[in-house]
Amino acid sequence: MRIEGKGLVDRTRKLRFQFDGVGHNAFAGDTVASALLAKGQRIVARSFKYHRPRGIMTAGSEEPNALVTIGQGAAQEPNVRATVQEIYDGLKVHSQNAWPSLGFDVLEVNDFASPFLGAGFYYKTFMWPRSFWERLYEPVIRRAAGLGALSGQSVEERYEKAYAFCDLLVVGAGPAGLMAALTAGRAGADVILCEQDSVLGGRLHAEDFKVDAQSGSDWAMAAAAELAGMSNVRIMTHTSVTGAYDQGTFGALERWPGAPHAGSPRETFWRIAARRCVLAAGALERQIAFANNDRPGIMTASAVRSYLHRFGVAAGTRVAVFGNNDDAHRTARDLDAAGVEVVGLVDTREDAPRAQGDFPVFAGAVVENTRGRRGLKEVMVNAGGRIRRLEADCLAVSGGWNPTVHLTCHMNGKPVWREDIASFVPQDGAVPGLIAAGACAGDFSTLACLKAGAEAAQAVLKDIGMKPKAADVPDAEESPYRIRPYWSVPGHDRAWLDFQNDVTVKDIALAARENFRSVEHMKRYTTQGMAPDQGKNSNVAALAVLADVTGRGIPETGTTTFRPPFTPVSIAAMGAGAQGMGFAPRRLTTSHAASVARGAPMIEAGLWYRPSYFPAPGESTWLEACNREVTMVRSAVGICDVSTLGKIDIQGPDAAAFLDFVYTNTFSTLKPGRVRYGLMLREDGHVMDDGTTARLGDTHFVMTTTTAAAGAVMRHLEFVHQGLRPDWDVRFTSVTEQWAQFAVAGPKSRDLLNGLLDQPLTDADWPFMACGPVQVAGVAGRLFRISFSGEHAYEVAVPARYGASLFAVLVARAEQMGGGAYGMEALNVLRIEKGHITHAEIHSATTAFDVGFARMVSAKKDCVGKTMAARPGLMDETRQQLVGLKPVDATGMLTAGAHIFERGAAARRVNDQGYVTSVAHSPTLGHSIGLGFLARGPARHGETVRVVDAVRGSELLATVCAPVFYDPEGGRVRG
Amino acid sequence: MRFSGWRVLREGLSGNKGWTPQWRDPEPKAEYDVIIIGGGGHGLSTAYYLARHHGITNVAVLEKGYIGSGNIGRNTTIVRANYYLPGNSEFYSHSLRLWEGLEAELNYNVMHSQRGIINLFHSDGQRDAFVRRGNAMHAQGDDAVLLDREGVRSYLPYLDFDNTRFPIYGGLLHPRGGSARHDAVAWGYARGADARGVDLVQNCEVTGIDIEGGVVKGVQTSRGAIKARQVAIVTAGRSGQVAALAGMRLPIESHVLQAFVTEGLKPCIDHVISFGMGHFYISQSDKGGLVFGGDLDFYASYAQRGNLPMAEHVMEAGMTLMPMIGKARVLRSWGGIMDMTPDGSPIIDKTDTDGLFVDCGWCYGGFKAVPASGYALAHLMATGEPHETARGFRLNRFRDGRGLMDEEGTGAQHNLH
Amino acid sequence: MRLTCPLCGERDRREFYYQGEAVALHRPAPDAGEDAWEAYLHLRENPAGLRRDLWHHEAGCGAWLVVTRNTSTHEVLDVVMAQDERAGA
Repeated sequence: MRIEGKGLVDRTRKLRFQFDGVGHNAFAGDTVASALLAKGQRIVARSFKYHRPRGIMTAGSEEPNALVTIGQGAAQEPNVRATVQEIYDGLKVHSQNAWPSLGFDVLEVNDFASPFLGAGFYYKTFMWPRSFWERLYEPVIRRAAGLGALSGQSVEERYEKAYAFCDLLVVGAGPAGLMAALTAGRAGADVILCEQDSVLGGRLHAEDFKVDAQSGSDWAMAAAAELAGMSNVRIMTHTSVTGAYDQGTFGALERWPGAPHAGSPRETFWRIAARRCVLAAGALERQIAFANNDRPGIMTASAVRSYLHRFGVAAGTRVAVFGNNDDAHRTARDLDAAGVEVVGLVDTREDAPRAQGDFPVFAGAVVENTRGRRGLKEVMVNAGGRIRRLEADCLAVSGGWNPTVHLTCHMNGKPVWREDIASFVPQDGAVPGLIAAGACAGDFSTLACLKAGAEAAQAVLKDIGMKPKAADVPDAEESPYRIRPYWSVPGHDRAWLDFQNDVTVKDIALAARENFRSVEHMKRYTTQGMAPDQGKNSNVAALAVLADVTGRGIPETGTTTFRPPFTPVSIAAMGAGAQGMGFAPRRLTTSHAASVARGAPMIEAGLWYRPSYFPAPGESTWLEACNREVTMVRSAVGICDVSTLGKIDIQGPDAAAFLDFVYTNTFSTLKPGRVRYGLMLREDGHVMDDGTTARLGDTHFVMTTTTAAAGAVMRHLEFVHQGLRPDWDVRFTSVTEQWAQFAVAGPKSRDLLNGLLDQPLTDADWPFMACGPVQVAGVAGRLFRISFSGEHAYEVAVPARYGASLFAVLVARAEQMGGGAYGMEALNVLRIEKGHITHAEIHSATTAFDVGFARMVSAKKDCVGKTMAARPGLMDETRQQLVGLKPVDATGMLTAGAHIFERGAAARRVNDQGYVTSVAHSPTLGHSIGLGFLARGPARHGETVRVVDAVRGSELLATVCAPVFYDPEGGRVRG
Repeated sequence: MRFSGWRVLREGLSGNKGWTPQWRDPEPKAEYDVIIIGGGGHGLSTAYYLARHHGITNVAVLEKGYIGSGNIGRNTTIVRANYYLPGNSEFYSHSLRLWEGLEAELNYNVMHSQRGIINLFHSDGQRDAFVRRGNAMHAQGDDAVLLDREGVRSYLPYLDFDNTRFPIYGGLLHPRGGSARHDAVAWGYARGADARGVDLVQNCEVTGIDIEGGVVKGVQTSRGAIKARQVAIVTAGRSGQVAALAGMRLPIESHVLQAFVTEGLKPCIDHVISFGMGHFYISQSDKGGLVFGGDLDFYASYAQRGNLPMAEHVMEAGMTLMPMIGKARVLRSWGGIMDMTPDGSPIIDKTDTDGLFVDCGWCYGGFKAVPASGYALAHLMATGEPHETARGFRLNRFRDGRGLMDEEGTGAQHNLH
Repeated sequence: MRLTCPLCGERDRREFYYQGEAVALHRPAPDAGEDAWEAYLHLRENPAGLRRDLWHHEAGCGAWLVVTRNTSTHEVLDVVMAQDERAGA
């Protein structure tokens, strides 16, 4: 019911929305909850376990009951708090967790079976017969559980992430937060003020208080206007600070409140680096447990006032109030003053204040039970043993206030019990640089909040070396907070603590009876505090009940831990930017466009894309293209972009000594103008990477790494230098992006280059493993006579800006000579034929010994990894070592990942002797070939072994051989 | 008290007054045959199997906080036997077989759910590595099914197959893999051990380990000195501190691993799924929350909490893999302390001190190992010989390099496993 | 989490690569023996409290840093260049 003349809603702006398909009116400024309350909607949702009818309980993000689904299709969003969601025109709201309808929910039967569904019942049953768990019990439980549903469709709206920096982050814009922001802002500090609500002011809009001579609400509006005029203050409404992290980092979620809008992201997740933080998050009112205290119409007293003052809505027509502190009286007084009938005020305190309006006060009384399954009808009051029945459709309950300490617990701070307010307050210094001020620190009067905010900001300003001005704190109410703790009304019926998860006082008692007496055990056994409100409404009361049944005090019982996020954050927001292609950068070579234009399928190679093969007309499979490309390289000439390999420029007087230390083999003996293959170990003795390093001058080398290990190798070199040998004069620069490099491979490679280079190549000047500067059609480049294919081959490098042109020229010339471009598939076949290893073989658990390179570990010098590579376990003859494999039946196809067993041995683990790492169909040899690791492999050449690929359902016999299938003498690379 | 559906009915009808403590809270005695330091999953299962299989019941489990307060209660609950290296595969295979009978064994519903695990791969190289793994699983007698892209689609139609940075090539399905209710595992073992006479002593911090002449004699605790013939350190992320009490250093660095759970949702993910191009794994709990995690935060930590970069990375991986979960909201994040070893595999072994044992180094794979770890440690303590499924978990393997089990292939940098 | 690089100033943790305990700076001689190498590569003090570990400002200046940090609270007490540490050693 609307109350005329009250609230911030704009009655001139009418909006339409739907709830479960029924259209309703609302005003601009309404939330779904306020609009539904105004319409008299009682049931809004169903509880998790018992499917009890539930209404609206609070007016904030802590709402435990009124969770709804908004939107449709891909925009469908479950578990939205009706108390937070603002109404926009056309908003469609659906109830959830009820079937077939909110009003008639079949699973409400659970409520009547509740004696059997108490805390932890599921640990004691559903065990027989065993196979029924996955087939029957679990599917039934899963379907009954859960709350709202995801649409099953990919998110289509935009979500974003952003960074922000400030001197002072103020969390919450109630009286304390506003004063903190004003004080710091006026002093010139960079301030970010985050408020989860749509307006600044907090409870100033929810109470009937004066600040200075104006209403609290007007004062808040004026303060907001002043802040909005400061260029050094950033106001972020609809923004919930979700977590406190190390070194002043905070997470915050900003919501777009209106209809989906192309111009605005739905949500933005902020990472805020703040030098200091003032936490002014306020406090949350708690319930009192009594029988059937979860009925629609039973609310927190503060929420009833919020709806009255902020939204101009009476939460009921006949309202009863129940409390243990003076806020209950404030609620009754405000309602009475607004013309809402107050049927009675029940105060647990014998010495309750006298009535401040036209309503009866029951001092020393409690609410013992309620009636009205689908909406509160009657409140049963026990006043000194006399039962009074009050007809009421709303019961406003105030069990006291819990300071919103959550952020101060995110870095393991333990809140401290304060007896005088019967609540936990933040531990000092729990988050470095954060000061809690106002209600979240246990100061509940408006004046105290205003002062605390100003003082906190002044302390921060001094701390960061700025001069605060004298605080100008307005006058405000300073009523004392008088409370006598009261947690739970004794009785036989269920009294709810955690409304959402349906945890009752009985459940806590049962947990204690079964010796789940630690607060964490109680939580985990009963699920208390594990629902979407994370116990914001119930944890303190639950542990008070636990303390009571276990005969301990509350401080001794302790709390469970509040963890981030404070309010739930969508995965889309925290994972923003990654959907689709955004998960990782895309690195493209200079030949990318040309490769794509030629129809080459581009495959991921780490962050890079490389061509799989270059299809020719008439080819229908990748294998046809691959075979052609291999044959082309073996018989003519092929071009392959190898720019993705890491290239590290190494210079300095100690460069050679340095390379001797990071490679197993020696580089100081390498002559300028020559290239050497090097093997690099990790300090634990396993192979880290391999590649060629060219000596361009006495003090100048360029190292090649594998594509995958480029970053790790660069990091390693810097570590070895800075961390182990800073005395060596040597520097490293990654030049991977600076050079475009192409393999020109095949017997016609020299002919091809000779038409392109300014100086022709001769065997005398350019023997195998030579390198040096060349002019490539007038461009200064580098040439390396190295070969991964096993053919006479070169790699030619030019500055990256010439890469696309050079690739085009190289491919065109190759094609004129019967060759062309080749891709990764052919490259892989060529290297397997030649027995060259890649990370399929040096997969970081293999040693130089394993891959047959033990002799590459120089005995004459130390190097990284040498000592640990000599551990007995790493040199053991029984280790699995690199071998070649050929199928006995030449038509057989080896498969990578297959395991190797002795011929005739069962394919069991105890017989497992090794595995296949790389396979290819060799067009050169006409049959399948493979590389793999086999126990004592080098001693077993010629043996027939069983190769089993159980997951592919294949097996064959293979002959073990040397891992070089083609031109083992290496005549072709030198020819 | 034996649990059953009938018992739940009977107690329900009589006001649930008949339930009794699931374990006692005994005062520690002056002396035990065996002291287990650490009342987490591994410590509790060790105590259980000592009593169950070896008749050793004069056992105390000493727990600094409450039982199950460590990683057993803060993991992503995945149970699988899909390791590929000898030493690991037989152990996890054994563990999975124990899981398969655990409800009956413990008379406690730990909700072990064999809903299937699918490990996705995104390149030919990854496929070959998973085939190698799958074949090792077959050789061990476990189950593995290679799925191609369409095969994955038939199980997980909601993944992004069309517009994603790292396309899905296929997956390795481990049908017997799944999940369980983590706390219940601790409680089930606790109740079983207690029923067999084991003393579970909570709020009892071990402050010293008494060693005389190279032989363990007992421990000092916050509740007084306790003598014992055998002591086992089963303290996961805190192994380093407890081992230091015995003058030992371990090959362990402790790291934080975060995990996340969303608000409850109606069933939408029926399997356990792991992404292959960035650490991300997810399943949906029976309560409806999506439970997911990723990689370590990568810095040494005992804080049991992490920072945003890894949290965001995990959710980014989720968004590129299955953007239908975008509207699910993360309700809670937490961190566990992972005892990372130089090869990513655990240690169950004697030490140089007679009667002192260690069970540690579970990295972030300890949950699934709970049954077999306790089984193997109990066997080692009772017989003096390593159990046949745990021979590989030697403390000295890093020193001699024999039988390293580096499944990730990342070498001796503790945090990279 | 933020670290203050001596060269670049305060930066987000995302810019840094973590490696492990700063013991890695003190590589034993090749013939130092099994115990020394075992201690260097595998065994760790692993304190719950102050420790010194190695970070690399990989997405920044490339400096390897020795960070003194509290592993229980994540407080950062000191950041110095690894090469200065070595020079002083």
